[in-house]
Amino acid sequence: MRATESFLQWLDFDIDGALASVDETAVKKALSKDVLSPFDFLALVSEAAEPFLEVMARKAMELTAQHFGRAVLLFAPLYLADYCQNQCLYCGFSARNRFPRHKLSRDEIEANGEALYQQGFRHILLLTGDSPVQTPVDYLEEAIEILSRRFESIAVEVYPLEQHDYQRLRLKGLDGLTIYQETYDRAVYDEVHPSGPKKDYLYRLQTPERGALAGLRWITLGALYGLANPIHDAFWTAMHLVSLKKFYPFVEWGVSLPRMNPAEGIFSPRYQLSDKRFVQFLLAFRIFFPTVGITLSTRERPEMRDILIPLGITKMSAGSHTEVGGYASEEKTVPQFEIADNRSVEEVVAVIRSKGFDPVFKDWVGVV
Amino acid sequence: MDTPLVIGGKSFSCRLFVGTGKLPSSHIIPEIVKASKTEMITVALRRVNLSRPEDNILGYIPSDVVLLPNTSGARNAEEAIRIARLAREAGCGNFIKIEIIHEMDYLMPDNEETIKATFVLSREGFVVLPYVMPDLVVAQKLVDAGAAAVMPLGSPIGSHRGLRTKDLIAMLIEKIDIPIVVDAGIGKPSHAAEAMEMGADAVLVNTAIATSSDPVATARAFSLAVEAGRIAYLCQKQQESIYAQASSPLSGLLS
Repeated sequence: MRATESFLQWLDFDIDGALASVDETAVKKALSKDVLSPFDFLALVSEAAEPFLEVMARKAMELTAQHFGRAVLLFAPLYLADYCQNQCLYCGFSARNRFPRHKLSRDEIEANGEALYQQGFRHILLLTGDSPVQTPVDYLEEAIEILSRRFESIAVEVYPLEQHDYQRLRLKGLDGLTIYQETYDRAVYDEVHPSGPKKDYLYRLQTPERGALAGLRWITLGALYGLANPIHDAFWTAMHLVSLKKFYPFVEWGVSLPRMNPAEGIFSPRYQLSDKRFVQFLLAFRIFFPTVGITLSTRERPEMRDILIPLGITKMSAGSHTEVGGYASEEKTVPQFEIADNRSVEEVVAVIRSKGFDPVFKDWVGVV
Repeated sequence: MDTPLVIGGKSFSCRLFVGTGKLPSSHIIPEIVKASKTEMITVALRRVNLSRPEDNILGYIPSDVVLLPNTSGARNAEEAIRIARLAREAGCGNFIKIEIIHEMDYLMPDNEETIKATFVLSREGFVVLPYVMPDLVVAQKLVDAGAAAVMPLGSPIGSHRGLRTKDLIAMLIEKIDIPIVVDAGIGKPSHAAEAMEMGADAVLVNTAIATSSDPVATARAFSLAVEAGRIAYLCQKQQESIYAQASSPLSGLLS
C-alpha cells in the first residue's frame, strides 16, 4: 500500500500552523503557477483567497475547457439495498434508524436498469449500505452481470472490498469505484462511526488503492463536509489524491465534495461549509488538479449546480433517486439523504446545453 | 504545384484534420467542415452512441469526410486493439488513430504499446495512424509495423504550447517516408503554419478549435494557416532545388 503509506505522513502535518502564514501574496503566487505545491493548495482554500474567487473561477474555467473540453458526463446512481450494519451518526441508512429495509431482486435490478437505459444513461453507479450479509460480493456480482448488458460503465459506491473482490467484479463489467473517507480527521472519524466495520479508519483509507491495484479505471474519493474542519478535510483529500496519482498515474482519478444534508435520524453537522466556501474549495481542487474529474452530486440545489457547470464539473448525476430502486417503482422507501435537485434528466440536459456544454451520456465502450 | 496527400489510399487536398472530443455540441460539425474544408475528422469511439440517434456524433459528420475513429481511453495495446475492432464493427471504416495513454496528467502516449497495436491492426487491414512521442527510432519501428502515417505530438494534448518537440519532429520529416501528421499541442494557427512550413504533411487540431469562443471561425483560421504553411514549404523546396542546380558555381574556375 505504497500510496496510503506515503499519504499517512500528512495526517500529522500542522495544517493550522501552515495556514497562519498564508496571506494575500501566497494566494497570488499560487494563482500564478502552473504546477502548484501543497502549500499553494492550502492558500487557495484559506480565507485569504476569498477576495480572489472571480480570478479563481476564470482560471478554473480555462483549465477545465483545456483538459475536458465543453462536455459534462451524466450518470445515474442506483441504490440496490439499504441494509446497513454501521451506525454512522450522520446517515439515513444507519443501523440505528428503524425502518423497513429493502434489497432489489434480480427482476427489480433489471427493471431499474431498463428504466435508466430508456432515460439515456449509459454510465451507472451502484450503491448499497454496508451489509456483507444482505448484499455480499455474490449479490454485487450478479447485479453487475445483469446491468453490464445495458451499461457501458458500471461503478460501485458500496462498503470497502478486498482487492480480489474488485478484480472479480471487474471481470463482470465493473470499472469504477467511489469511496468517501467521510472525514480524514481520525478523532472525528472514530466519534461518528461508533460501531461496525466502518470503524476501521485505515482499511477505508486504503480502499481507493485496492481499487487501483485491482485495475479499476475510474476512482473517485472525497470527504463529507460538515463532520470535521472543512479546510483540514479538503487538504487531506488533496494530499490523498496526490499520493494516489503518483503511484497510479493510469487511473482516471476523481473527487467529489458532498456537503452534509438533512438525513433520516438526528445529527447536526458541527461545521457548515457555506456556499461561498464550497465554491472556493471546488475551484481550488480544479486549479490544483487540472486533470482530475470533479463529480457534482444531486445534493446541491439547482441554482448552485447550474452555476458550477462551467467551472470545473466533469460529471454529474441527474434525475436521481436515493431510495432503493426508485426508478421502476412507485413504492416510497427511505432515502439515504435528501435530494435538492429534483429536476428531470431532460431539464438538466437543457440547462447544460444552455451553458454551451455538451451533455454526454456515453463516454466509454463497455468490456462485457 | 502541390500533390495531394495520400493516406491509406485516400487522397486529401486539405491538410488540416479536425478533432471533435471537446466540442460544445456535435451540431456544429457540418459548419466546421464547411469553413475549414477538412476531409478527415477524428472521433473518440468511446463517445459514439449508436443506441441514441439524437446523440450519435457520427450522424453529424458529412459522408464525404473520412472518419478517423480514435482509441481514446485505451491504456495498453490490448485495449486499443479491442476499441479499433469495435470501431470497425460500428461502421466507422478502416482508418484508426491509435491513442494509448497510461499517464493522465500530461496524456503522454505509450510508444511501446502503440508499436504493438500498430503491428496487429495493420495486419487486420486497418489504416493505422499512431499518436506518439516524436522519436525517430520509434517512427522507424512504426513504419516496419505497418503504420500508414505517424502522428507525433507538438506538446501535450490541450496544452496549446505549440511545437516544443520541433527538432524531434524535424528528424521524422527528414527520415520517414510515410506522412507525418503533427497532432496535439497546436494552440494557434501560427503553430499550425509553423508545422507545415517545416514540412509536416498535415496537422490535427482539436482543443484549440473546439474550446474557442467561435469554433467555426477558428477552424477556418487554422485551415488558412495550414494552407499558407504548405505553400511556404513548397516555395522553400523549389528555392532549394534552384540553388542545388547551381551548386557548383566555382567548378569552372577551379577545374
